[in-house]
Amino acid sequence: MKLPPTLLVGGLLVGLVVLTALVSVVWTPVDPTHVEVGDRLKGPMPGYLLGTDQVGRDELSRLMAGATNTLIIGIVTVVIALGIGVPLGGVAALYRGRLEDATMRLSDVLLAFPAILLAILFAAVFQPSRLTAMAAIGIALVPVFARVVRGAGLQVMQQDYVTIVRTYGGTRVWIFVRHLLPNVSSVLIVQATVAFAVAILAEAALSYLGLGTPPPTPSWGRMLSESQTFLNQAPLLAVWPGVAIALAVLGFNLLGDGLRDLLDPKP
Amino acid sequence: MLIQILNRLAWLVVSLILASLLVFAVVNVLPGDVAAVILGTSATPQSLETLRHQLGLDQPAWLRYVQWIGGMLRSDFGTSLLSHSDVGPLIVQKLAVSGPLALGSAVISVAVALPLGVLAGVHYRRFSGALISALSLLGIAVPAFWAGLLLATVFAIQLKLLPAGGFVDWSESPIGALRSLVLPALALGLVQAAVLTRYIRSAIIDVQREDFIRTARAKGLTRWQALRRHGFRYAAIPVVTILGIQLTGLLVGAIVIENVFVLPGLGRLLFQSVGNRDLIVVQDLVMLLTAVVLIVNFLVDLSYRLLDPRIRSSA
Repeated sequence: MKLPPTLLVGGLLVGLVVLTALVSVVWTPVDPTHVEVGDRLKGPMPGYLLGTDQVGRDELSRLMAGATNTLIIGIVTVVIALGIGVPLGGVAALYRGRLEDATMRLSDVLLAFPAILLAILFAAVFQPSRLTAMAAIGIALVPVFARVVRGAGLQVMQQDYVTIVRTYGGTRVWIFVRHLLPNVSSVLIVQATVAFAVAILAEAALSYLGLGTPPPTPSWGRMLSESQTFLNQAPLLAVWPGVAIALAVLGFNLLGDGLRDLLDPKP
Repeated sequence: MLIQILNRLAWLVVSLILASLLVFAVVNVLPGDVAAVILGTSATPQSLETLRHQLGLDQPAWLRYVQWIGGMLRSDFGTSLLSHSDVGPLIVQKLAVSGPLALGSAVISVAVALPLGVLAGVHYRRFSGALISALSLLGIAVPAFWAGLLLATVFAIQLKLLPAGGFVDWSESPIGALRSLVLPALALGLVQAAVLTRYIRSAIIDVQREDFIRTARAKGLTRWQALRRHGFRYAAIPVVTILGIQLTGLLVGAIVIENVFVLPGLGRLLFQSVGNRDLIVVQDLVMLLTAVVLIVNFLVDLSYRLLDPRIRSSA
């Protein structure tokens, strides 16, 4: 069987991010939080392969540690979105009636809140932190999953075998776990991959604004914001974190496309 | 048709009410004492009490909600907690920056994406189509604020052609104002163009698979003639939907990009109000932006009913 090229390239890029993150947990060229004021804003050179930032921290080490941060954010966000969205969509599909109307209307309204806007609202009310950012982005992504599960659930409920299960006394929870979830799992995997990319972009923007990951944890978005003051002296500092974000987002988008082609082959 | 429109309109009103309840609930019901934040360390129980009374925080939540919504409907947006100025005129003033920025970005995005998307769709089996497709995939992955930083580095700092940030007011120099908006609008517009290109491309590819295009080709029209006479209107339906979604992207992008280029627009105001915990301004702005999204979605829904007679007739 021939794998879609998007799957291969996407898998490769995502694999690279994951590998970098894993390696950075045990090893980075220099401690990413180690400050060496004498070596500030150095260009690429031996010892500092990508140069140093405004307080003399090694840019490459910080990029590597930033990969861990990015992955944690993606995972937690997607888990929140799945954890709320899947049961919500399931309830809508299995119980129908007013409950369905209410959940779907709510999810429509939630869909009108862009992730970053919701995160800004959360940051205003609570303290801006990585947790509020992840919670807001996760909640903003809930409707995506609720809709997918509801749509597939409505189809599953029409199937003869589900009618048989119900005549034999199968409960709705049983149908949800045993028949609905396996049917939507491939669509959910695709959506989760794409949601991962959305989460990375949203968190990068929030961290850039100073409403995401707080220091000293290295974060690609905040590294870009810190580089802005030194565009004159060290323009490359504004390049590397952006490349990292773009490659990670591209990787997850391609992986999502590839998985869709693989799991759901339609012309 | 009319009943359908009225039905949609009713849903719009319900959605707006639900959205406002959600915003109000997040700001007001969840913990976090505004008065304590404003007074900071100088707070005494008495001064807290006075300020709470001034802000109306001692009134029940439902009353404050009704007053907030009632005020907004009469275009009274309340008073900023920090600057003590009316929020309404403040928003109007900021719109003079954000409005042209969003409009400019939208124009750039459509102007770039329309030809590229159609080309990539028509030539999707050729190298040129694949190249455009690959470039647009890359473009989607680029955060708009990073594109802004790169544009500023090249065109403002290296070439010194345009300002790297700040805003010259329209009344002072219209050309200066335009110059301050060029780079932000480009950053936002180009990134949005990448998304739009992909959707236009797939709409064009899909329409070429339709039977009516095959028939048109069979009776002797060239590929372009068939598309021009029969295809584009059909392909426009999904594209119009995406344009609506794009507006959401544009609004959010503007919030971030205004902070990259230090433009005194709505996004900058929102960001500063978050920093100052000026919750009334935050609450108003979030509600306003959400309302815009909901209303645009409603208009998009109406517009493709007009474009596609089949949706018009079916319930």
